[in-house]
Amino acid sequence: MPNMNPKKNPMPTQEPQVRAHNFDEVALGYTAEIAVDEANRCLHCKNAPCVQGCPVNIHIPDFIQKVKEGDFEGAYGVIALSSSLPAVCGRVCPQESQCESKCVRGIKAEPVGIGTLERFVADYHNNHAAAEPAVPEQNGHKVAIVGSGPSGLTCAGDLAKLGYKVTVFEALHLAGGVLVYGIPEFRLPKKIVQKEVDELKKLGVDVETNVVIGKTLTIDELFEMGYEAVFVGSGAGLPRFMGIPGESLKGVYSANEFLTRNNLMKAYLGDPSTPIQHAKKVAVVGGGNVAMDAARTALRLGAEKVYIVYRRSLNELPARKEEVEHAMEEGIDFRLLQNPVEILGYQNPDDRRDPKNGCVTGIKVIKMELGEPDASGRRRPVEIPGSEEVLDVDCVVISIGTSPNPLIKDTTAGLEVNRHGGIIVEESTGKTTKEGVYAGGDAVTGAATVILAMGAGKTAAKAIDEYLKNK
Amino acid sequence: MYRIVNKRRLNPTVTMMDIEAPLVARKAEAGQFIILRVDADGERIPLTVAGCDRERGTVKIIFQIVGGTTERLNHKEAGEYISDFVGPLGRATETEGLRKVCVVGGGVGCAIALPVAQKLASLGAEVHSIVGFRNKDLVILEEEFAAASKKLDIMTDDGSYGRKGVVTEPLKETLEAGEHFDEVIAIGPLVMMKFVVATCKPYGVKTVVSMNPIMIDGTGMCGGCRLTVGGKTKFACVDGPDFDGYEVDFDEAMMRGSMYRDFERHAYEEACNLFRKEVE
Repeated sequence: MPNMNPKKNPMPTQEPQVRAHNFDEVALGYTAEIAVDEANRCLHCKNAPCVQGCPVNIHIPDFIQKVKEGDFEGAYGVIALSSSLPAVCGRVCPQESQCESKCVRGIKAEPVGIGTLERFVADYHNNHAAAEPAVPEQNGHKVAIVGSGPSGLTCAGDLAKLGYKVTVFEALHLAGGVLVYGIPEFRLPKKIVQKEVDELKKLGVDVETNVVIGKTLTIDELFEMGYEAVFVGSGAGLPRFMGIPGESLKGVYSANEFLTRNNLMKAYLGDPSTPIQHAKKVAVVGGGNVAMDAARTALRLGAEKVYIVYRRSLNELPARKEEVEHAMEEGIDFRLLQNPVEILGYQNPDDRRDPKNGCVTGIKVIKMELGEPDASGRRRPVEIPGSEEVLDVDCVVISIGTSPNPLIKDTTAGLEVNRHGGIIVEESTGKTTKEGVYAGGDAVTGAATVILAMGAGKTAAKAIDEYLKNK
Repeated sequence: MYRIVNKRRLNPTVTMMDIEAPLVARKAEAGQFIILRVDADGERIPLTVAGCDRERGTVKIIFQIVGGTTERLNHKEAGEYISDFVGPLGRATETEGLRKVCVVGGGVGCAIALPVAQKLASLGAEVHSIVGFRNKDLVILEEEFAAASKKLDIMTDDGSYGRKGVVTEPLKETLEAGEHFDEVIAIGPLVMMKFVVATCKPYGVKTVVSMNPIMIDGTGMCGGCRLTVGGKTKFACVDGPDFDGYEVDFDEAMMRGSMYRDFERHAYEEACNLFRKEVE
């Protein structure tokens, strides 16, 4: 008999007042008992609409069936057929708009907690599996992967399992891409990412850090070195700014810089080698997952007051629902339908050498209302004249997206990009305009999600395999 | 890990090292930079390439001990290793078509100005170098500059070596005397570059400056190295580090450069204390 409780088993979490002051993971994960109880809410629908909602098409009812039976390792085996990074996806996927949005139980009540179950199964496996993965038989073909973020790691894993000799080139000193520099510890512990990277190495994947493709080596040189195909998963690029006065003041960060200092460079630890401003009052501009991460990081670094300034309403907030809820519980002040017009700074008229000169003192925002829908289909925010207000802050984090990195495009003849700078690909294969070169993730789409990038890595791995088999 | 092949002290606060990094050495050009980390969990710092030996696969760096990271680096000896070394980053200095160039270097910036002067000389351009230091003890690379330059002016703030004064003095005299340069290339402290630009402007001579702002990844991801150039936001790591000096907002760059001054001073003192303890 299925468990007909209309409500999901809630995810156990650290108390908001406690977690707002530490960098430990917020969500604590299901126990085995809760996991089985939650799994029993699944009706095991024959047509499994949830699977269509998953960008990598995990056989969701099958893995949940194994959880029902208490066969957690078996459940992991089912997930691993489709996903290379389940411990990551269970934590960062926007399930509410993917698998769980299609769940039949969700029509009348709450959907099955697919994401939390996935996370439980992956953590169970990571904590219990002792067996080393078998190294697949090599087929003698070499493939290069550019970037070790979610799309690159997925593509590398899939190709390694098919017997390819895969080398992943990473520009930074540590593999993981956005999973290590962008997503904070309290949402995705770095030891989980490290574990996933280690698993790939066990499959025979080489990871070369400190190599910037487009600078240290070009794509054409990779082919000269004997790689027969290249996957470009170089991620999002340069942070966008708003072009308002005051964006160069001291205390204005892009979200990428703020999060990189904190996560990759570990500025949150006591006595770090890389500094970060421990601001008292912070305004984060933007409404995506990255904005939520930056706001909650600022809080944990000791800020007394943190604002999210977003120009549309709660309904349009692009961040995952869980992140918005967590941020609100932690006391982040959401200034919705407000848009910055200027960042204000300190200037001592009597002392040009005053070290406080140029430090942020506030952000001027204007109230907005929603007008007619724009090209994106979302209602366009329009300024309400005369509604300006100054928020008293000493730090501003701009989190309004990125534009693609030019390094690869500029050094690769024959690789075409669209007018936004994203690499042009055939959607069903990830094939670019240059023979043997495939691409996916944010380098193609602009800032999107981890799971979409993984889906693109997966698609490209399949296409690369077909390409090389028929070559 | 990257091996330190050679280490030489150029003056009490400036050290030169050759680092084994064959992929970087194969490509690096004058004007480009690298990013290094001394140890695990260390800070990433950008340093401009001071030369490279493509056959031996080594890259030359010259650094001034100004903070915790450079202090730690300076305590590494030849044969030891540093944790990370990545590059070459940024765009190379444009030298094509230049026939007569004035290269102006200030302090440790001379280490970066030298490969530019050498490259220009090797391409057959006539180079007039003007280099400035605080005092005689801090003068570096004199012979190398002399070899690459048709004319060399050495300036010291206190007159203890060469001529007393700042680099803009001989520059102004030369321009005033009607000397024509295709370009002036200035590399040194921000305030020096700002005044070189101000000196050149009345004569309309094109002036290129090499910017060295705070940086983290160095590949166009974090945006920390942004500058205002010609009223637009530019990123030194991918758009630079060389920019048209007339367009750079130096005052803003100087202001942004002071963001972590207290932190850096503290880190430097910590590193010094650490090594003092080890010595005892």
